[in-house]
Amino acid sequence: MELYELTIAQAHELLQKREISSVELTRSVLQRIETVETKIKAYLRITPEEALAQAEKADQRRAQGEDNPLLGIPLAIKDVLCTKGVETTCGSRILQGFVPPFDATVVAKLRELGSVLLGKTNTDEFAMGSSTENSGFFTTHNPWNLEHVPGGSSGGSAAAVAADECLGALGTDTGGSIRQPAAFCGIAGLKPTYGRVSRYGLVAFASSLDQAGPLCKDVKDCAILLQAIAGHDPKDSTSANLSVPNFVEALQPDVKGMRLGVPKEYFTEGIDAKVAEAVHAALDVWAELGAEIVEVSLPHTEYALPVYYIIAPAEASANLARYDGVRYGYSYPEAKDIWDAYRKTREIGFGAEVKRRIMLGTYALSAGYYDAYYLKAQKVRTLIKEDFDRAYQQCDAIIAPTTPMPAFRIGERVDDPLQMYLGDIFTLSLNLAGVCGISIPCGFADGLPVGVQILGDAYDETTILRVAYAYEQATEWHLQKPPL
Amino acid sequence: MKYEAIIGMEVHAQILTASKMFCGCSADYASAPPNTHVCPVCLGMPGVLPVINQAAVEATILTGLALNCTIPEFSKFDRKNYPYPDLPKGYQISQYDLPLCINGWLEIDLGGTKKRIGIRRVHLEEDTGKLIHEEDGSLIDFNRAGVPLMEIVSEADMRSAEEAWLYLTKLRTILRYLGVSTGNMEEGAMRCEANVSVRPLGSKEFGTKVEVKNLNSFRAVRQAIAYEIERQTKLLQEGKRVHQVTMGWDEHRHRTVFQRSKEFAEDYRYFPEPDLPPLELSREFVQEIRSRLPELPDAKRERFIAQYGIKGDDAALLVEERATADYFERAVAAAQKQITPQTIANWIVGEIFRLLRENTTEISSIKVSPEQLIELLKLIQEGTINATVGKEVLDEMFATGKSAQAIVKEKGLTQISDEEQLRQFVQEALAKNPKPLQQYLAGKEAVLGFFIGQVMRATRGQANVHVVRKLLQEELDKYKNKE
Repeated sequence: MELYELTIAQAHELLQKREISSVELTRSVLQRIETVETKIKAYLRITPEEALAQAEKADQRRAQGEDNPLLGIPLAIKDVLCTKGVETTCGSRILQGFVPPFDATVVAKLRELGSVLLGKTNTDEFAMGSSTENSGFFTTHNPWNLEHVPGGSSGGSAAAVAADECLGALGTDTGGSIRQPAAFCGIAGLKPTYGRVSRYGLVAFASSLDQAGPLCKDVKDCAILLQAIAGHDPKDSTSANLSVPNFVEALQPDVKGMRLGVPKEYFTEGIDAKVAEAVHAALDVWAELGAEIVEVSLPHTEYALPVYYIIAPAEASANLARYDGVRYGYSYPEAKDIWDAYRKTREIGFGAEVKRRIMLGTYALSAGYYDAYYLKAQKVRTLIKEDFDRAYQQCDAIIAPTTPMPAFRIGERVDDPLQMYLGDIFTLSLNLAGVCGISIPCGFADGLPVGVQILGDAYDETTILRVAYAYEQATEWHLQKPPL
Repeated sequence: MKYEAIIGMEVHAQILTASKMFCGCSADYASAPPNTHVCPVCLGMPGVLPVINQAAVEATILTGLALNCTIPEFSKFDRKNYPYPDLPKGYQISQYDLPLCINGWLEIDLGGTKKRIGIRRVHLEEDTGKLIHEEDGSLIDFNRAGVPLMEIVSEADMRSAEEAWLYLTKLRTILRYLGVSTGNMEEGAMRCEANVSVRPLGSKEFGTKVEVKNLNSFRAVRQAIAYEIERQTKLLQEGKRVHQVTMGWDEHRHRTVFQRSKEFAEDYRYFPEPDLPPLELSREFVQEIRSRLPELPDAKRERFIAQYGIKGDDAALLVEERATADYFERAVAAAQKQITPQTIANWIVGEIFRLLRENTTEISSIKVSPEQLIELLKLIQEGTINATVGKEVLDEMFATGKSAQAIVKEKGLTQISDEEQLRQFVQEALAKNPKPLQQYLAGKEAVLGFFIGQVMRATRGQANVHVVRKLLQEELDKYKNKE
């Protein structure tokens, strides 16, 4: 077994026993990146020198008696998270050359623990997309089938984990951007409860939906990484001032007597038969482990997509107004005046999908339309949240497919944005409700991974981690490696 | 036909907090080099988030309470979207439909008649940066970006430029009393826009509203509004239409000039700021802030009149600045009833104010302490010096900070009351001025004042005027008897 194949927990054990050093581990991962990256294209930026220097430093800290599960562990960071001194573009040409003078809180936490940061992973521009095809630079390939997308927008992080180009990664999830690529790439990805993790330094797409979370090789690693980044941050007024439970200790492979809800609205037409089959098989596993499977209803599910495509673009239309070429990033050099500079900078700097969403959001917030769109969408959002509240009175967690079908072919949906949006119908509701969810692999369809989601109540990550962990202990899907 | 003006005011006041509205940068940027009071948050860098400055919220609520506003239990921040290079995020964090304070009023004094001007709302927002236009382009200074700013919107209750001026003056006095703003218009710490319309007297409908901007001083406010009322009235008299526009005051040409059309309302696409949770303002919290309210100028003025028996006009002048009122009260205390409050008031309103004006300074930086002023007034009352000399001594005290005693001693200014000494001066004055003497003897008694003046001049003002008068009378009687 090569070092780069290790999970975070496995690597930590070897580091603890002094069987390996962080430098050796980091070298192995950098070597792996060199071998497969040309095929995968998971990274927008790789920082090998910095990574090795951090690995050395981690080894020194360990030699001085320090220890924590992430000390010396090589990780990848999605490019929408600010990294001090390392260019951060959000996959957009408009931010080319922007080197943040500060770290996102989640990145600062990882640095403090002594993690090794390998580089910045590819993303759909400003996290707007489901395939990385909206990246302003290039498309990442699915390690299981290079002609397919890795999902998005955290497609770079998901592909890097699946291809063993890092031990774990951070992504962000606004409407499924952690869970969907995790499902497409056959790994575990967790979207924490809104407010569990600081958003400071997470470049905003939709402020009331964005949340950073882990993408890992297994559930335990997700717990470790979540533990590291969770908690109140005085710099983020929307982060919850709640104590953080011990997620790793909560990993008991025991679901006896737990009630797992299956929302009837998620198994309707449009879902791929093989995906449905895999998810039903997963339900059987939980049932065998002693969980009770109950039907629940999330009646407003069908409105999640339209609600999401009003609220998220509305917030985005304001969030992206700062990219004007005045203070950082790309700036059109030959403008006649300030208005010409704005227009040309944005015309050239933004991609088509970003422009589309800015227009959608601007329209939804316009005088005379606000009540009919934005305000109405917020009201329906409350109904969606109430759906989940009601469901959690009947069950401990909800089980659902992560996506209606496995990873599609690169280019297959680029010309049909609506079709692309429809691929996210199972993930959007969770963000609108602000609750948590994890996607784990549960099988294959035509050689491509299938993911199952476990959705939990607000701030109840321990339950979904436990349900996921129990399934993982009973199955071997998470041990499958793509044929690279 | 007679016309009446309808005026509403929008005032922006920078709040005196240590740090900016949503970040830790110092808000005291005056005279700092450009772009030195900045951080990723107030520069609007990607990924940053605002954190509410609690002190600014409290200052706004305190202001609202002083303006008799209601403080709702629920308030929130909103994004106001518009593109401009001095606005780093492309939106301003402001408040739209749920401001911190609503439905208040402020009282102005129209030559004895009191009038209440309604306060529609007071809300909290962030200031923008500043554009500096140069020949080959424009520069941006973000030091001001993110400084807390409160916007105070009045009802359209004012009917003349004078009323608007009184409103603004009163508002500034209150802001300064509360210590929430310097209220300095020239420095831009307080900015003002007036909405002016004119309608036939008795009409129920409003005329077309014109927004008047670029009002950089109190004088400009009064002049611009007066000009605008006249301009609109003339248009209506001529049967013309007033257009909905923004006009700017031209300080040099003394007129308002067209800035832009407002026929199409700008769409700021307000929506609730998702980065900030709504504010829940508990009654305990509001009550705690209310307990911090100082005595406000109107109440203070009434108390001064009642407690100290001073004239209403003087009381009004004394309470205009909290520092002056405090100065007065400290002086009254130091006087221990040996000097009447009215005498003290006279000296402050007369002489101290004159010195402050002449030296363009403020009472807070004055070298003469209230206790020192009382020492001076006691010297006058005891007759050690007379009032004229007292004024000279005060000038010296003001300039040097020395005590009245020291100056009187140093310059030998003690009043001359010795009759023998003064009789010489009196006789000399009479001898030197035969003509007025003749006039006096011919029955023109007013000439007495002239002789007093002569003696005072000869003694460099040190003569005890009462003694001089008595001696003059005696000496003149001698002349009379000779005849």
